[in-house]
Amino acid sequence: MIELVWLVPLLPLLGWLIIGLFGKRLSKALVGAIGCGSVLGAFGVSIAVFVAVAGHRGEFGSIKLFDWIQAGDFTASFSFLVDPLSSLFLLIITGVGFLIHVYSTGYMKEDEGYARFFAYLNLFVFFMLLLVLGDNYLIMFVGWEGVGLCSYLLIGFWFKNTDYNKAARKAFIMNRIGDLGFLLGILLIFVTFGSVSYESVFDTAASPGAGFSNNAVTTAICLLLFVGAMGKSAQIPLYTWLPDAMAGPTPVSALIHAATMVTAGIYMIARSNILYTLSETAMTVVATIGILTALFAATIGIFQNDIKKVLAYSTVSQLGLMFLGLGVGAYTGAVFHVMTHAFFKALLFLAAGSVIHAMHHEQDIRRMGGLKKYLPVTFATFFIGTIAISGIPPFAGFFSKDEILAHAYMHNKFFWFLGVLTSMMTAFYMFRLLYLTFYGEFRGTEEQEHHLHESPKSMTVPLMVLAGLSVAGGFLGVPELFAHGAHWLHGFLEPSFERSAMRMYTSHASHAEEYAIMGFAVLGAVAMWYLAKKHYSEPDNVPAEDDEEVNPVQKVIYNKYYVDEFYEAVITKPLNRISEFFYGIVELRFVDAIVNGIGDTVKWLAGIFRLAQTGNIGFYIFAMVISIVVILFIKIM
Amino acid sequence: MTIYLFYFLSFVAVLCALLVVFSKSPVNSVLFLIVTFFAIAGHYVLLNAQFLAAVHVIVYAGAIMVLFLYVIMMLNLNRDVEPHKPVALRFAAVVAGGLLAITLIGALHGAETLPKAGNVQADIGLIENLGKTLFNDFLLPFEISSILFLSAMVGAVMLGKKELK
Amino acid sequence: MSAIQVIPVHYYILLSVVLFSIGVLGVLFRRNAIIIFMCIELMLNAANLLLVAFSSYFSDAGGQVFVFFIMAVAAAEVAVGLAILTMIFRNTRSTDIDFLNKLKW
Repeated sequence: MIELVWLVPLLPLLGWLIIGLFGKRLSKALVGAIGCGSVLGAFGVSIAVFVAVAGHRGEFGSIKLFDWIQAGDFTASFSFLVDPLSSLFLLIITGVGFLIHVYSTGYMKEDEGYARFFAYLNLFVFFMLLLVLGDNYLIMFVGWEGVGLCSYLLIGFWFKNTDYNKAARKAFIMNRIGDLGFLLGILLIFVTFGSVSYESVFDTAASPGAGFSNNAVTTAICLLLFVGAMGKSAQIPLYTWLPDAMAGPTPVSALIHAATMVTAGIYMIARSNILYTLSETAMTVVATIGILTALFAATIGIFQNDIKKVLAYSTVSQLGLMFLGLGVGAYTGAVFHVMTHAFFKALLFLAAGSVIHAMHHEQDIRRMGGLKKYLPVTFATFFIGTIAISGIPPFAGFFSKDEILAHAYMHNKFFWFLGVLTSMMTAFYMFRLLYLTFYGEFRGTEEQEHHLHESPKSMTVPLMVLAGLSVAGGFLGVPELFAHGAHWLHGFLEPSFERSAMRMYTSHASHAEEYAIMGFAVLGAVAMWYLAKKHYSEPDNVPAEDDEEVNPVQKVIYNKYYVDEFYEAVITKPLNRISEFFYGIVELRFVDAIVNGIGDTVKWLAGIFRLAQTGNIGFYIFAMVISIVVILFIKIM
Repeated sequence: MTIYLFYFLSFVAVLCALLVVFSKSPVNSVLFLIVTFFAIAGHYVLLNAQFLAAVHVIVYAGAIMVLFLYVIMMLNLNRDVEPHKPVALRFAAVVAGGLLAITLIGALHGAETLPKAGNVQADIGLIENLGKTLFNDFLLPFEISSILFLSAMVGAVMLGKKELK
Repeated sequence: MSAIQVIPVHYYILLSVVLFSIGVLGVLFRRNAIIIFMCIELMLNAANLLLVAFSSYFSDAGGQVFVFFIMAVAAAEVAVGLAILTMIFRNTRSTDIDFLNKLKW
């Protein structure tokens, strides 16, 4: 079955080609059917592949499609690697992707760019699948750049709005910075290992006595790759594009900027796990950046008033948590969290989209409130998502977060403490969002209230499916504590991480400690729930309007710590200044002067020489004969 | 005997060539050019290129020069209407032509030492041999020249017909 | 007794050069386009003569075949050239090349 894996990316590609080429001539229903159908087909094949991989241990590997690049010693084949890690990602991408496609048929119904939207979405799914399926870094890079492109196109989907275009450009440029690091990492891998295929690189790196353990080159590779991950997965210092990326349509935020593309960085590190395991420095850097991002973004999330911005910062924060997991060696935990996060964050975004849809593109939670009775399905699913992300058992988020925190605890108590803090803040701002949006009195205009309606079936059904997954998704990875062998995912992913597992010292916490870790996290989350409920159920405690005076700390955080302004002052402005210098002095005075000077000289000479063109044929013939004479004369001399 | 024939033919050719250039009436020029061509045809006979001599007379004297005459008469140019170039320019032209001749002769200096013809085959100028060479070694150029003729014909007709208004 | 055993080949070279130079002289000397045309024919014939001479001296029929092709080109050229001349005459009522001085800056 796994030989047919090439069908998985092929179907969305075909969907993109058909919709992209003929979209304008097809009816909306047909476009939606092709868009969803191609992803559904890919999902079906993915399930088959997943079952094959899960059922027949060891019967997976890379499937070569054709030779791609051959230049001297360098060869790169176009091959797909099917193993537990990639098959799990296939399932997430096509599954969640399909639900979001279905949701989009409802959400984008009135939009004039309907076909364009589906073409982009299908193209995105194609590149994302390429990213996870490739069996070498080059194919991953192709997918990596492709999803970046689609992200750019979809953030700026409503291109008539200048701010949205700026947000798209910001995302693109920030990603470029990260991609440069990734590219340098790939080059360094090639220089060091002489190959870019995972198999040979990891085998060489892992072979005992090869000297790659805690080696400066390994660390450099890991850090460069991590720079790429920072850009794509929005980590400090390259995270500022993700909140702005919310300019795109909400399904895009759900698919690209929550469930799939932003987890590419986690996939890349999980894929290269052996390299990171070999370098303690890189692990520490990853964990530190991860937890700092998680904490930082969570604090910003508390004071945001835009429903999508809150979710965006929450995404950044959760991604940070995943990197913490990777950094402390909890590869399975991180991938587990990618999966559960894909479920509940996609759910939250889609539910938020449903709210925005109902509110006629109002995104400010200060204008909402009391939506519970108007949007019962949306409310129920959003509620489930909130509980799941807050880490309250037995919902999905609890298990994955717990696994990461438990590993962090074993690794470094301080990381664990910050992790729990982040987790508590997450619970707080999510319940704040929930209460401000769905409880209390409606604060919007009367007209908005009049038009409030539950979203159509095409939107609510995906919400319900995702809600179901958010409830049940966690049971794939029940801790060993509760039942031996209950952590199915751990066993499933083992082959992908076996090289790392062999050399990682794993100490298990005692049962008492594990219970304490769990209890602490759950207690914190529940306490935050209570706190948020108490605080934001009061009508007086609705967040202040932008022009009202607030205390300075709140103001700084509300303005996202002025990080954008800081970047503007420290990076953009000096760069502009340098550019102006180069333009004004170097370009105009030197380069242009030389270029124009040559042109002017030629023009001046031509002005003289063209007088020789008298137009008199006799003169031309005369000149020709004289020239022949001269040439012959020189010849015989 | 042959050498005198050579001198005579050369003298006629050069003299008539000069007269082509210097005669006033275009019709006279044409007639002198025909004489030159006949002299050259005589040279061809001397050189054992009998077939070529015949073709030369037919093509040049018979076809091309008739075309010239026809055009001159059609355009009614049989008067000396041509304004002459200034004397200085004419002098310069003569000097340039002479210089070219001298330089060419100088460039070909050493041609006297060319080896004498060895085993001379007298029959290569016959139609049979020429035909064999033409249709064996030069078949493709031969076919292509037919395309040249076709395009020349089309071009001449296009140029010659009255302008389409 | 054929000429080639009596007459050295450089005689023919000289004759060709002289005829060619007269052709060039004519082109420079005259202003009538038809005469210039005839002088060009003269130059072509000078070249033909040389080709035939060498062909005979070296017993190579290729040279004479070349002359055929030159004749073909000359015939085509005359056909097109005279057509152009007629056109020019129709437009300017003259065959004087000094009137045709539009080809300049």
